[in-house]
Amino acid sequence: MEILAATLAWLADPAHWQGPDGIPIRFVEHGSISVIAVVVAGAVALPIGLWTGHTGRGSLLAVNAANIGRAVPSYAVLVMVLPISLQLSPSYGLDVIPTFVAMTLLAIPPILVNTDAGLREVDRDLVEAARGMGMSERQVLGRVEIPLALPVIVGGIRTAAVQVIATATLGAVVAYGGFGRYIIDGIARNDDERLLAGVLLVAGFAILTELGFAALQRALVSPGLRRGGSGSPFQEPAEMTRATGG
Amino acid sequence: MTGRPLVDWGWVVGHLDDIALATLQHLGIAALAVGAGFAVSFGLALWSVRDRRVYGPITAISGILYTIPSLALFAVLVPFTGLSVVTVEIPLVAYTLLILVRNIVAGFDAVPADVLEAANGMGYTRGQRLLQVELPLAIPLIIAGLRLASVSTIGLVTVGSLIGDAFGGLGVLIKDGIAAFFPTKIYVGAALSVALAFGADIAFIRLQRALTPWARARISGR
Repeated sequence: MEILAATLAWLADPAHWQGPDGIPIRFVEHGSISVIAVVVAGAVALPIGLWTGHTGRGSLLAVNAANIGRAVPSYAVLVMVLPISLQLSPSYGLDVIPTFVAMTLLAIPPILVNTDAGLREVDRDLVEAARGMGMSERQVLGRVEIPLALPVIVGGIRTAAVQVIATATLGAVVAYGGFGRYIIDGIARNDDERLLAGVLLVAGFAILTELGFAALQRALVSPGLRRGGSGSPFQEPAEMTRATGG
Repeated sequence: MTGRPLVDWGWVVGHLDDIALATLQHLGIAALAVGAGFAVSFGLALWSVRDRRVYGPITAISGILYTIPSLALFAVLVPFTGLSVVTVEIPLVAYTLLILVRNIVAGFDAVPADVLEAANGMGYTRGQRLLQVELPLAIPLIIAGLRLASVSTIGLVTVGSLIGDAFGGLGVLIKDGIAAFFPTKIYVGAALSVALAFGADIAFIRLQRALTPWARARISGR
């Protein structure tokens, strides 16, 4: 318990809240790469998932490709990108590019799989009824399928975001910043307080993100479908798996 | 680094025994973690099936464990358990729990009620029914859980190398490759880790086919 008190003292020390190695800067680094990676992954995965889920075509291919992607650990992606990106861009190749590529590839599968599954789980009778009412395909997608599938789609983004925040810690291995810096530096310098402070910061960040998305997901259930609340905040969406390498 | 090939095959050929040793260690660490995780999860799942009230808390706690970054969880144990195999195994086992408990419970839940009733009617005891009726029918979902758990565990073993060289498997090759700016080691370590993950996945698919011969008639996409 001595070490815990020392860690809390480290966290409370004003010196650790300023400068380029301060907690606010590390938080911004960690958060920004995570947000950018999830947004880019969403820009890639959402259109594909909406198309395969709506048309029912290419679902198997998309989901299998996503599952193969999941077998490749982020740590492996990170280090495999490194030698190539260093040659392409000496200024960003060491830290930003490998972290960004690995995090984006990590975020694509859960968003793609959940978007596709969410749309396919929408009751076919409802879709037929919407078509019968004269809705165009675009209207069926926008007014029926997406609202009904929204909690599952957001569930995919939630899985992606939490996994990315957890895994972005590894960016510190290739000299990126973020909270992982404290962990890697703590190990290197035999500084247990720094190490444990990093652990608490990144775990707290991941858990708060998880809880935030869980609340958002509950709020997004279409009002017509809302029943009594059920399930724990850690109940996960369909077809979820841990980041291989997070 | 320009001008040097990304993979120096001469090095690979000269270090085949080191590579084989790292691969075996990698596999051993992952197998121990999945084995131990399965034993713990099976116990927790059976408890959940018998008493539904414990299922929520069990998945909530394993869900919190699951959210903690692997590097953080490895690192947090070092001051307590030192650089031992235990430090590597505890997080790996912890991460398998959520996937395995959920899949095992789902597997038992998927057994149709009339099958259970038929078994009761035939005079099976509770233990016999569990082993001879419920377990075989739950195998597809249990193995689906084992596939996910083994693929993710094999990937995570590489991260363990950041804590220390002793128990990092192929991750040690990767780490040395980064430290020495020698891409060959990075690619060999990463590629073999991915290959092990695929190999484990395929092995479990084969195992499932062998254990559920009655399902062979209806082959569907995975």
